[in-house]
Order: sequence, then structure tokens, then C-alpha cells
Amino acid sequence: MEKQSIEQLQNICTQLRRDVLRMVHAVQSGHPGAPLGCAEFFVALYFDQLHHNSDFKMDGKGEDLFFLSNGHLSAGWYSVLSRSGYFPVSELKTFRKLDSRLQGHPATHEHLPGIRIASGSLGQGLSVALGVAQAKKIDKDDHLIYVLMGDGELQEGQVWEAAMYAAHHGVDNLIATIDYNGQQIDGPTEKIMDLKNLKAKWEAFGWEVIETKEGNDMKSVIDGLEKAKSLTGKGKPVLNLLYTEMGFGVDFMVGTHKWHGSPPNDEQLAKALGQLQETLGDY
Amino acid sequence: MSLDLKFTYTEKKDTRSGFGDGFLEAGRRNPNVVGLCADLIGSLKMGDFQKEFPERFFQTGIAEANMIGISAGLAIGGKIPFAGTFANFATGRVYDQIRQSVAYSQKNVKICASHAGLTLGEDGATHQILEDLGMMKMLPHMTVINPCDYNQTKAATLAIAEYEGPVYLRFGRPSWPVFTPADQKFEIGKAWKMIDGKDVTIFATGHLVWEAVVAEAMLRSEGISAEVINIHTIKPLDEEAILESVKKTGCAVSAEEHQLNGGLGDSIAQCLIRNNPAPLEYVGVNDSFGESGTPTQLLEKYGLNAENIVKAAKKALSRK
Ligand SMILES: Cc1ncc(C[n+]2csc(CCOP(=O)(O)OP(=O)(O)O)c2C)c(N)n1
Ligand SMILES: [Mg+2]
Repeated sequence: MEKQSIEQLQNICTQLRRDVLRMVHAVQSGHPGAPLGCAEFFVALYFDQLHHNSDFKMDGKGEDLFFLSNGHLSAGWYSVLSRSGYFPVSELKTFRKLDSRLQGHPATHEHLPGIRIASGSLGQGLSVALGVAQAKKIDKDDHLIYVLMGDGELQEGQVWEAAMYAAHHGVDNLIATIDYNGQQIDGPTEKIMDLKNLKAKWEAFGWEVIETKEGNDMKSVIDGLEKAKSLTGKGKPVLNLLYTEMGFGVDFMVGTHKWHGSPPNDEQLAKALGQLQETLGDY
Repeated sequence: MSLDLKFTYTEKKDTRSGFGDGFLEAGRRNPNVVGLCADLIGSLKMGDFQKEFPERFFQTGIAEANMIGISAGLAIGGKIPFAGTFANFATGRVYDQIRQSVAYSQKNVKICASHAGLTLGEDGATHQILEDLGMMKMLPHMTVINPCDYNQTKAATLAIAEYEGPVYLRFGRPSWPVFTPADQKFEIGKAWKMIDGKDVTIFATGHLVWEAVVAEAMLRSEGISAEVINIHTIKPLDEEAILESVKKTGCAVSAEEHQLNGGLGDSIAQCLIRNNPAPLEYVGVNDSFGESGTPTQLLEKYGLNAENIVKAAKKALSRK
């Protein structure tokens, strides 16, 4: 894929946000908040960072692979997958409907290109990513494994089992990103179950930690991922703390947990789309 | 009284060693076979593989959920992971991980579960899982196998390495008669009629296949002809073999080291009720937890030994 300019990448983000809102609105269900906040990350990864083939192979040998642990961001992932050529953009309209490959949470049984494992039950994706990373090491394939987790998701114990394992086994071909939006279903993480000093926690577990303070700025997101990449291959797993805002891009959705799992109504959709210019053409 | 047994043995061995030896052999045959274990390498007999293939073996520490997830990831990368721990921690503790990352996602992961059932013995009920077959057989895409002795466990381990898809392989701790041939061919999903009979069928799985062999001789000495069928694969169930046998004998007993709820007996009952309703008696644990004791004591106390199979067979016969 040709390198895209920051402006071009930003245009894709805007389209991704439109896709997400229209998808969850159409079925009046799904999760708009976090995918809006992770638009820059998804687009930077798929359109700038990953060495991947949209010609999908399950084992992903010879390419970088991405895993979505926080499966409720499915609308955003489906949008970026279709926009980068894994399946027709028109298929986005089947999201969450009967007989669709675009299940409410990502699934493999209908063989949707780009998806390698189901997610939705939180806390499992880092472990899976570690397994694939180790398979790559056995095969002497020097491509990277990426995984995205939510910050609330870090309350699951399995994540810390995986964190301990990754450092012990020196899984240094892996970059884990945390969607550090400070929100979860019932409220701000601080109130629900305070994550306290995440950077220190991951460092104490033996990880190399970088912080991307402007997670909704395309240039910063790319710089962060570049920096993370430069730290791979040095014996330690790499963590990217990505500071984002839930609901970013729509003024009445930003910065609150209220849009974690609520779709906009007709009026709200119109208002939201008015703030997001159609750039690549709606599905 | 000495019994005229149709199968005999010269040595006793644990089924987990059958697993360990089969696993090593599978690793030699196929470089994609890899192993994982959650701090129970010695108990699971995975040490020989680890020694021979250190780069293909992963110690996960006491973190079973992570082990299941890593296994799914290794399977995505084209490996054939064998993940080993005690049956309790290989199922109940990680049910959701198996459900989402292995079964629903159809990953080629082999869940290798030792120390299943009462015969684990002295460790007691915290470790004696009696619900694992039920949990695993309820999962779509999951194959569930419970071999009966060292040789069959080794053969099963080699067979699942060649089969593509999620498998639950259950075996145990105690030294147990080795009464099936070393060179047997293991066919997943194919029941093995070990002894021909005409009055009653005994369907047994795991360690209780040996008890069924003893029960057959006891019944024969009283003039009752029992057929013994080894159901090593709980799922997919060999319904054809079950129906064919019961058509002939007209009644049956199921025998397993598991809860009656959700075990092999329930699968057989479901098969019979839909096709050929016939009297069926269950030998298994009846809605209780186990306790400490020797394997033999526990099988006796919980009603799982040959004598209980004989009693159940007579009851089934009386209901014909
Ligand atoms: C194991 C598990 N428990 C609970 C849920 C329900 N759930 C879905 S998303 C979510 C909040 C997750 O918080 P976070 O990871 O911060 O995601 P965000 O709300 O920021 O999108 C919860 C509790 C789940 N999907 N999986
Ligand atoms: Mg969050």
C-alpha cells in the first residue's frame, strides 16, 4: 500500500466514525463510544503501520497481525477492515443482522477476512496474541503482533497472567495498546475500579512502556506506534498507553461513558453526522 | 473365587503416562506439535517432551486461563498445541476461555486433562472433578475423549495430534491395569466392542472399562451374558454401535467416573430415547462431591466398581 498523508489518514478516520455511527444506529444496538475514540489508532495501524495482506490467510505467516481483545469495538474494526480491502464496504450494512458475517462481537465461524479469533468476553486477547507471537518465533518469522485492549478490561485477572508470561518468556515481537479512555460501562474507571498507575504497573511486570498522550491526533498516534516498533526485538514486550477520549469526534458524545453501548437516535445521528464530513463515500 | 476374565493384564500403569509417552511420540512425528503446562509438568508426564523439544514447550506458571488463550494463538499460527493441567483446572476454571477462544473459534487446541474423577484419590474433592465431560460435551465443535488404560491413552494422544479441531482428552492418576493392546488403532468417534454378549450391554468409559470387564466375568459366572462396549469417545458419540448393541440385548448399563448429570449415561439415554427406548441403568456419581481416600475405596464407596455394575446390569435386565 502506498503511504498516505496525515490528511488522507484523517479523512479515513472521519469516514470510519461515520460508518460506526450509521452501523449502530441502523440496528439500534452496539458500541459507538470506544471505536470513535480509537479511530486514529485503527486507521494508523491498518493504513500506515501493518505489513499485511488483505488477501487473508488464517495463519498470517509472513505478515504483521492485529488482534482486538476488546471485541465490543467491532464496528470500528469492521469499518477499517472493509475500508482497507478485506471485504466489500457494502457489507457493513449487515452489521448485527441475522445471517451476517459481521456479528455483534467478532467471530470466525462465517470466515470474515481479517478476523482470526472471537472476542467479546474480555480479558482473553493478550493471551491469544502471545501464542501467535510465539508461533512466529518458532517459525523465525520476524513480523509483529499487535493487540488492543480496553482500560477497564485490565480489571480482568487473565490480562495480568499474560503480562507476567510475556515478560518472563521475552515475547518482544508484540505491541499491546491500551485504549486509555478512562471510561467503562458503569462510569469512569477511577470510580468503578481505579487502575492507579498503569505505567508503573506494566513496568513492574517487566514491560517496556511508552505513552501516546494525544491518542486522537493522527501524527502522535503514528509516532507512538513507530516508537513502539523501535522498541521491539530487545527482549521485552512493549506496551503503548494510548490516551484517547471515548466518543471523540462528536461534541455531545465525547468524554463520557454514556455512549459506551448506546446507539444514537435519528435526530442524534443527523446531528453527529453533521460534524463528520463524508470523505470516502458512505457504505 | 477366581474369575475367568476376557481381558487380562500383566502390569499396571497410569493413563497419564500413556499421554506423556504419546505426546513425546507425536512431537517426534510432527514438528508442529507444541506443549504447554501450568506448573504440573511432572504430574502430566510432559517432561520428556520438554527435554527433547525445549523450544516447542512453554511453561505458563499457575495461570490456566492464559494457557488456554496462548494455545489458541499458537493454533492460529499453525501449531498443534497440547495444553496440560489437572482436569479441574483444564475445564471449570477456564470454561469461558475454552468456549470463546477454542470452541467457538474452532482452534486446533488439545486440552489435556489429568487427574480426572474420583481415582485421583487422596487430594480429595477440590481436585476430583466429576463434571468435566458434561461441560466439555456441551460445547459445539468440541471432541471429548476418555480412554481406559495406558495403551489406549497413548493411542488416543497420537490420534488427536492428527485430527484437526478442538479436543478434550481426559485421563487420570492411578496405576491401572493395562489390558488393551499396545498396537491398537485409535479411531476417534468409533466405539470398540470388547466383549460380545446377548442379555445386557455395558457401555463404559475411562477407568471404569476395566470394572466393566470384571463385571462381565462376574455376570457370566451367574449365567448372564453381557456385552462390553468401550466408549472412549464421548463426543461424537458412536450412536450406531450403541443402537446396534441394544437392539440385540434389549437393555443397558452406563459406567463412568463422572456425575450422572451430564455424563456418558445421559448421552446414551438421549440416543436410546430418540431411537429405541430401552431400560438403562447408570453407574456414576449421583450428585455429590468426592472425598479423600484410595482409588479403590472411593470407587467402592461411591458405587462405581464392578460389583455395582453387576447390580445395575441385573436391575436393567429385570426391567426388560
Ligand atoms: C468478561 C466480561 N465481563 C463483562 C463484559 C461486559 N462489558 C463489555 S464492555 C465492558 C466495559 C469495558 O471497559 P473498557 O475495557 O474500558 O472498554 P470501554 O468501555 O472503554 O470501551 C464490560 C464490562 C464483557 N464483555 N466481558
Ligand atoms: Mg475504557
